[in-house]
Amino acid sequence: MSFRTTAAEAAANPLIPHTAELIVGFIAFSLLFLVLKSKVVPMFEKAFAARTEAIQGGMEKAEKAQRDAEIALEKYTVQLSEARTEAQKIREEARVQGAAIIEDLRGKAQEEAARITAAAAASIEAERQQAITSLRSEVGTLATNLASKIVGEALDDQVRQSRIVDRFLDDLEKSK
Amino acid sequence: MRFAFGSGEGFVPPSTADFNLPPVFGDNAYTTKPIFLVVLSVLLISSFFIVASRKALVVPTKLQFAGESIYGFVRNSIGEEIIGHEFMRFVPFLFTLFTFILTNNVFGIIPLLQFPAMSHVSFPYVLALFSFVIFHWVGIKKQGLGKYLKGIAFMPGVPKAVYILLTPIEVATFFLVRPLTLSLRLFANMFAGHLLLLVFIMGGDHLIRGVIGLKIIAPFAFAFGIGMTFFEFMVQCLQAYIFTLLTALFIAGALSDEH
Repeated sequence: MSFRTTAAEAAANPLIPHTAELIVGFIAFSLLFLVLKSKVVPMFEKAFAARTEAIQGGMEKAEKAQRDAEIALEKYTVQLSEARTEAQKIREEARVQGAAIIEDLRGKAQEEAARITAAAAASIEAERQQAITSLRSEVGTLATNLASKIVGEALDDQVRQSRIVDRFLDDLEKSK
Repeated sequence: MRFAFGSGEGFVPPSTADFNLPPVFGDNAYTTKPIFLVVLSVLLISSFFIVASRKALVVPTKLQFAGESIYGFVRNSIGEEIIGHEFMRFVPFLFTLFTFILTNNVFGIIPLLQFPAMSHVSFPYVLALFSFVIFHWVGIKKQGLGKYLKGIAFMPGVPKAVYILLTPIEVATFFLVRPLTLSLRLFANMFAGHLLLLVFIMGGDHLIRGVIGLKIIAPFAFAFGIGMTFFEFMVQCLQAYIFTLLTALFIAGALSDEH
């Protein structure tokens, strides 16, 4: 067993402060406080503030971009639907116009056909009339010549001749 | 006490006397190791944080990030969370308190330094005094001396008869218990922790000089000493946190009207 002297024991009492340490501790802590307060804390706060600002700025920018994109999208959607309506309208008009054109053309074609038919009929009628007329005169002449040769009587009187032919033909038609 | 080991030499277990280190040079109370350590801590903390915060970049460097993490921890987790909207006034003080205690505590396990300055009670006393003066000053300034003292001595909303018991307790709490427990908790933890490390390391050292049988045990003592070093690191950080946290709580209490 080794006991230290009571004086040493008292000196070693760990709860009794040392004056030198109290003074140095006070000064050291105060100095450190002043340094950190004046040099470090403001700088860190500056960095924090700048960071917050940067993040907020970035967020605001992103929000604005999103808003713009939404507006643009809305605009394009409206434009697209307008374009669709327009296209629908144009198609409808085209169909109506197409139908009208076809109808028109059909009408014209029918008209043309009717005209051609009419012209053909007219021309046929004219030719028939001509043929009838020419036949009538030729048949008349032939028949007269034949008859005069048979009868021996010259039927040169033109007027009488044609009257006889007409009467003959009329009888012929009647008897049909 | 002397233990008769095989070697014949006695083992002197570490005692409180081991904390009274002789002056490094000269015969002067100002040239002791704890004092040098405290001065060193001020230099280290100042230079580290000045360099770390100098540029105040939006995108921090690793160093700035490290400094900011510690600062942000004290500022937000201790200051803002405990004190509330007026916290910014106290952040420099709390920040100084935390870094100062932490650094001096951790000196206890840094090779070559290996002495926690806070195991000398004078330093915790000084820190507790700062804390004591500040939280009372804050309370007096906020509520006025009379109202503040009345709030402490006569807690509102308590039946009058209870004051016979409550008033002495409350007064003692605010003016004696708080600063004492604050300083002694820190001191005792660092003191005991250092003593524990001394026991294992010095004990191991003694064992390894002993006979064969004791030599075998020595590595276990050292291993335990290393394990305790990690444990000590945790305690050192925890004590720095607790001291700062309690100071913040006291300030918050003094700021609120009903303490």
